Amino acid sequence: MLDVQGLEVDYFSGTSSVRATRGVSFNVAAGTATALVGESGSGKSTVAMAIMRMIRPPTGDVVGGRILIDGTDVLSISDREMREVLRNRIGFVPQDPTTALDPLFPVGSQIAEAMPSVARGERTAKIVDLLSSLGIGDADGRMRAYPHEFSGGMCQRVAIAIALAGNPSVLIADEPTTALDVTTQVGILRLLDELRRERQLATLLITHNVHVARLLCQHVIVMYGGVVVESGPVSEIMEDPRHPYTRALMDSSAQGRRPREPLHTIAGQPPTLGDMPIGCPFAPRCERAHEVCRAEMPDTTVQGARIFSCWNPEAS
Amino acid sequence: MALVDLVSLRRPRARARRSVDRLPWFGIVVLSTFVLAGVFGPWMAPYPPNKINLGQSLLPPFFAGGNAEHLLGTDQLGRDVLSRLLSGAQVSLLVAVGAVMLAGVLGTSVALVAGYLGGRLDTILTRITDASMAFPVLLLGIVIVALYGTGISVVILVIVLGAWPQYARVLRSEVIRVRGQAYVTMATVLGGGARWSMLRHVLPNIVPTFLVLATLQVGLSIVAEGSMSFLGIGVPLPDASWGNMLADGRAFMRTAWWLAVLPGVALSLTVVAANVVGDWLRHFLDPSTRTGR
Repeated sequence: MLDVQGLEVDYFSGTSSVRATRGVSFNVAAGTATALVGESGSGKSTVAMAIMRMIRPPTGDVVGGRILIDGTDVLSISDREMREVLRNRIGFVPQDPTTALDPLFPVGSQIAEAMPSVARGERTAKIVDLLSSLGIGDADGRMRAYPHEFSGGMCQRVAIAIALAGNPSVLIADEPTTALDVTTQVGILRLLDELRRERQLATLLITHNVHVARLLCQHVIVMYGGVVVESGPVSEIMEDPRHPYTRALMDSSAQGRRPREPLHTIAGQPPTLGDMPIGCPFAPRCERAHEVCRAEMPDTTVQGARIFSCWNPEAS
Repeated sequence: MALVDLVSLRRPRARARRSVDRLPWFGIVVLSTFVLAGVFGPWMAPYPPNKINLGQSLLPPFFAGGNAEHLLGTDQLGRDVLSRLLSGAQVSLLVAVGAVMLAGVLGTSVALVAGYLGGRLDTILTRITDASMAFPVLLLGIVIVALYGTGISVVILVIVLGAWPQYARVLRSEVIRVRGQAYVTMATVLGGGARWSMLRHVLPNIVPTFLVLATLQVGLSIVAEGSMSFLGIGVPLPDASWGNMLADGRAFMRTAWWLAVLPGVALSLTVVAANVVGDWLRHFLDPSTRTGR
């Protein structure tokens, strides 16, 4: 399982630094899926990268909080121990699978690369098993093919095979269907859902698509400007958003709109990291904002399994 | 319109395939002749390359009225031009292989370390590279020759000193490009260390660029050796190299043109062949022209 507490990440540029995430806390239990939803620049990918300790000087650093993977605090262990965690505990599904595979090597050898603990002689059989279970026919022959011989959806299956090669307990998927055809998206999402159930994976899905989140996840975390503005069970949040940003995000979706009906947009731009408002980061774009929203960060309200941070929440 | 776009999109691809399927026979034949001549020249030469025979001086090649005893004629001292060309091929081969390998290894290592690790090390290495690039190589050559005398190893040393910064500079930006690719990030996310992703993913992916550089450098090194020998700081006389033969023959351009033209032709053919083969090799190694089954 994955447990993140009070995560603070800074990015450095020259001598100055900007705070990319502020006090992000959540946990993902084994066998459940949590969606991290937000616009570009909301800090959702930063959280994923921080969990894998991919944010390090001189680019940036984790300056506060704890990240526990199966009880191990990954921020306090050595690089060597971290590599073990990455190999055996975390699987990562990339955004664009066609660029995430090295064009020079057959896919089989790239999956083999991710299973260093398996004896050489047994790798081929394992890879064939894995690929077949992910819906790749003729796995024996296909594992000798190069990435350019695969379609986007097939590449993503190979990338998922690589992610699963080390038998992880945590699966992090960074917009796994964004680069794919609409027709293959559903297949990949269904696959991820099956894998979560069968392998009891703690799945963290990063997406800007609230409907993908609804299809796949039990919990949702909405991020804006580096903070969690609302989180809780997916059905409750989708039906009854309390934070104005969550509502605005769902209203901007094209789902359920009639042809030629204008889409809703959120006026303004997300704040840049270097120029974050003192109060609620969403206040400048928020229709419900008061004076206090611009002056002070809102407190977090806990309501059963739901948490939201807003001075003037939508009525439930 | 759409049809036109489709047609124009398809064409370069088809051409790329064909250029890979068709072997560059011209380049292969010339290069293998060159390598064979360089390796077995001393045994193939009809005469010792430095043997003077003043009675037989300035004989033309067989196709310009000469005789079969000296197929490519003789120079002003009666030395057999064919034998000297073969002996010169050995020099050129040694210089080309030696300089390209040494400069390639040095430059690539610097590029990998600087480009992949970055930071202060990168700054220092890049400055050293730029400084070496700014230094005139021939001047450096003259200084080194003044200190250590002439010889093939000195020629190779000077060419390496001139060539490695070019590898380092071009390949460093290649390393930075490849390092930013998602598959290199993936290698790290999978728990691979820096050395692993450098050697397994970055290095193989800069090979095509390296090949282009190396084949250019094969030509440039042969020309550089020629220039140094031409200036008298290369292969010391009386030993033959294509460069000093060219320099020597210059004085006889009107009366015995073959003395300058033949080594010049040998040099040009080899340089062009190296580039042709290198270009084909780059295409051949491109994975999109390969299939796994």
